[in-house]
Parts: sequence; structure tokens; C-alpha cells
Amino acid sequence: MSPREAQQGTGRQPVIEVEHLTTHYGARRILNDVSLSVREGEVLVIMGGSGSGKSTLLRYLLALERPTSGRVRIFGIDVNRASGEDLTRLRRRMGVAFQGGALLSSMSVGENIMLPLREHTDLDHSTIRIMARMKLEVVDLAGFEHLMPAELSGGMTKRAALARAVVMDPKLLFCDEPSAGLDPVVAAALDELILRLRDALGMTVIVVTHELDSAFKIADRIVVLERGAILTIGTVEEVRNCADARVQNLINRRLELAELDPDAYLQRLTRDAVAP
Amino acid sequence: MAVDGGSAGVSSLAQATAGRLEQVGRRVAAAAAGIGFGAALFIESAFWLIVGRRRRQPVRVAAVIEEMMQVGVRAIPIVTVLSATIGVMLAIQGIYTLSLFGAESRVTIGIALSITREFAPLITGILVAGRSGSALAARLGTMNISQEIDALRVMGINPVRFLVAPSLLAMIVMVPALTFYSDLVALAGAGVYVSFELGISLPAYADRLIEVISVDDLLHGLGKSVIFAALIALVGVVNGAAVSGGAEGVGRATTRAVVQAITAIVITDMLFVFVVTRS
Repeated sequence: MSPREAQQGTGRQPVIEVEHLTTHYGARRILNDVSLSVREGEVLVIMGGSGSGKSTLLRYLLALERPTSGRVRIFGIDVNRASGEDLTRLRRRMGVAFQGGALLSSMSVGENIMLPLREHTDLDHSTIRIMARMKLEVVDLAGFEHLMPAELSGGMTKRAALARAVVMDPKLLFCDEPSAGLDPVVAAALDELILRLRDALGMTVIVVTHELDSAFKIADRIVVLERGAILTIGTVEEVRNCADARVQNLINRRLELAELDPDAYLQRLTRDAVAP
Repeated sequence: MAVDGGSAGVSSLAQATAGRLEQVGRRVAAAAAGIGFGAALFIESAFWLIVGRRRRQPVRVAAVIEEMMQVGVRAIPIVTVLSATIGVMLAIQGIYTLSLFGAESRVTIGIALSITREFAPLITGILVAGRSGSALAARLGTMNISQEIDALRVMGINPVRFLVAPSLLAMIVMVPALTFYSDLVALAGAGVYVSFELGISLPAYADRLIEVISVDDLLHGLGKSVIFAALIALVGVVNGAAVSGGAEGVGRATTRAVVQAITAIVITDMLFVFVVTRS
């Protein structure tokens, strides 16, 4: 199935549409003619190794960068034509949990989570505090609101970032590497949490990850990126059964490593020393 | 073979020259871009300070006050020490110089004008550049590499309004205030030395000061310090925003911010004096 066919088939309005997005960093091409659409209510996982362009694609989906070639539309608004106020309005409907949390280090966890409410609503302080506590309960961090971000563990930081991302009840949630750097149990719990939040708040979720287990567990559809181009896009089953060798390589990377030929490995390591 | 080697040498020399020229060009372009970015930041900060409240996106007063404490109030001890020292130093040098003409008693006017017009704003500017300009660059640089700036943007919070405008406003208020305080301390320090050395009483010294210092002299110094304040804040922000490459990059940006801010202050000072004094 080609990427184009996989996008069609539902009548629902796409939340994000990317058309022929090509980007450069200096002279280096990062994304190459990427087209995809995100459907309402789905969990879309963007998967790829490091350097595949997934972080760059995320920046465009977040409207942090304006495309110079191609088009990105979020909730039907063309990012290139959006004014500053359009973008602000757009962003109130989006929540983002960054890879490293990106909690403001000068504020406590509680203040971080209250920040979007303080900036964008006229609610009084006690209401804001209650709403922030509710979200902290959801991510299992109740009672930690007085800690500073530097005092949190890796898993707690990611959960706090998730709480801040959903505090405005966004329609669209982005998670950048939610399980990277966490032990498997905590990572699995975080995956569960994302699914639970999606069901509770009726969000569309976009997850960027390189963790296969996590991707297969939470995804409705998966986009596989390599060297800035989409290799395939489809449901978990479709990606698993994809005939493309590069996709299979990515999926079976661990197997490949396990079956490594020790002699070949040794030769590769000692190549320069052995050569005359 | 030898001829080949020679032509290769020439062409590599040409390449090296072109490479260096390209580097110079890139640096000039980067510097121009930095200045442009600084100017844009200034205008955008002013925009948020003026219309932010009407647009329901105000610059938070609490943030401005916090910055004012950091930039101004906490700098008072060190400003006191430096200003008093400089006052005494100027008195010593002044008396020494004027004694060559036997005119020691005229030292007050020299001290008064050099402190209010030059030393107080310059020393305060350099001090704040080292204390707060560097801190600003380091803070923004760290926020930049930990994606905190991106996080603000995706939360719909304008980083210029949230981070730059409070710092800029705090600087523009506190640097002139510190400069005025520095005027007073330096003049007092000089007065103590002068009364001790020449036997002029402190009240007589004060009377003489009021006689010789005009409002223009004070405004000359304070006006400069407002410009210095804006320069320190903008240089700090521009360098902090340009950070890439982790903790090491933050360190480099911090150093660069201090060096550039002090250079900008001294050069602007000269230009300001040239324009204002000669007209």
C-alpha cells in the first residue's frame, strides 16, 4: 500500500495535513517530500532511527518552523499564512510533552502546570490550583507540586510534562520520546497513561519515538521515517507486514544485532590494524 | 612535478584567501544579523509593554520586580564599594594633577564633573554587564538548549513578552537608578578624602558641588546609562538565544555577552559624548 492510499478511507476531517514538506538545514536536506495527514482521535506514532528527521518533522507539526517548501495545515489553518494571533489561538488547543520535559527550571512543578491556565484564562488562583492538582493526580504526581523540576526523577519529569501538556484540555497532544531513557516498567506505565488520557479527554495524539514496543502498543497508525522520507504509513499490522526491506530492518533491528557474526564483527573492529 | 606543485600551491593559497574572505563575510553578516535581531527584540518588547495588557497578554509585574531585585537591589553592595573607591581615587589624582599648577583647591569641579558625566555611568554599566548581562545570557542559553523556549512558544506564551520584556524594563529602570546612587557614593567618597587632605569641611564641599554640578551634567550621565541598560539586556538576550551545543555553548555565550556588552558600552559612550558635547 502506498503512503497516499493509506491516508484515505475515513470521512473525518484531518487534524493535521502535511503536503510535500521539504526542508533543509544549511545545505543538508532533512525532510524530503513528506506528506501525511493525522485523523481526529487517532494515536499516530512517528517512528525512525536517530537522524531520520522525526524531530524536525515534529517542529513543523508544532508550527515552531514555517515551511519554505510544501504546506502544513493544523486544524485547517495554513501555518504559512497564520498570523501571530492565529498561532497563539492554535496553540491553546495543542499540548506538548517534550523529550526532556522542558519544565521551566525557575518555577516549581505546580507553577509550571498552572502556567498555561494563568496565561490564557481569567480563572482565579484557587480554581487554577485545583485544576493543576487534578492533572497531577491523573499522572500520579499528587503532592509533588512544591518540588522544583531539578528535584524530579526522569519518569516524574516526563509525567509532569504530560500534566502540563494536558492542563488546557487540548484537542491535540504531542509526545516527544515519552519512554526514552526510562526503565521498561515506567515506560510501559507512561504508554498506558497516554492511552488513558486520550480516552478521557478525547484527544488526537502524535507520539515521536524510536522504541518499537511502545510504538506497537499505543499506535493506531505508524509513520516510518528514514533519511527524511516516509518509508511507509499504515496500521500496526500493515507496518509489520510491510514488504520494504528497510522497514523490516528497522522493526527487526534487535534480531539483526543478536545474529551478528562474531568473526565479521572482529574483522570490522581490527580492519585498520590488520591492513598493511 | 615541481611546476604542478607550484600551481597547486598558488591555487591552495587562493583558496585559503577566499576561505578567509568568506569567513570575514560570514562574520560581518552574522554581526549585522545580531544587531538587527537586537533591534527587533527591543521593538517587540516595547510593543508588549505598551499593548500587552490590552491584548490580555500582559508583561507580568512580578517578573519585572524579581528582575529589578536581581539587577538593581542586589548590586548595591558592590556598586557602593566600587563607587567609593573610584571617588577617592579621582580625588587623589585630581589633587596631584592640580598641585602641579598650585590649584588644588579647584579639585572639586574636576571630581564632580568627571564622576557625574563619566565615571558613575561607565562603572555601573560595566558592573551590570558583568553581573546581570552574563546571567541573562546564561539563563536564556540554558532555557534554549533544554527546549524551555520551545515549550513556552507551543504553550502560546510569547518568549519575548515572558522573558525579554521584564529583563529589559528592569535594566532600563535599575541601571540609571544605580548610576544615580553611584554618583552620590563616589562624590561622598571623594569628599571625605578632599576634606581630609585639603582641610575643606564636608558642608563646604557639598555647597561647592551643588554650585558646580548642573542638571545637564546629571542628565548627561543618566541618559547614557539608559542606553547602556538597553545594550546590556539586548546583547545578553541575543547571545543567549543563539546558544547551540550544550553546556559548553552556554559558557561561550556568557563570555561573549560580557565582552560584547562592555565593548558596546564603551564605544557608545564615546559616540554619545562626541555627539552631545560638541553640539
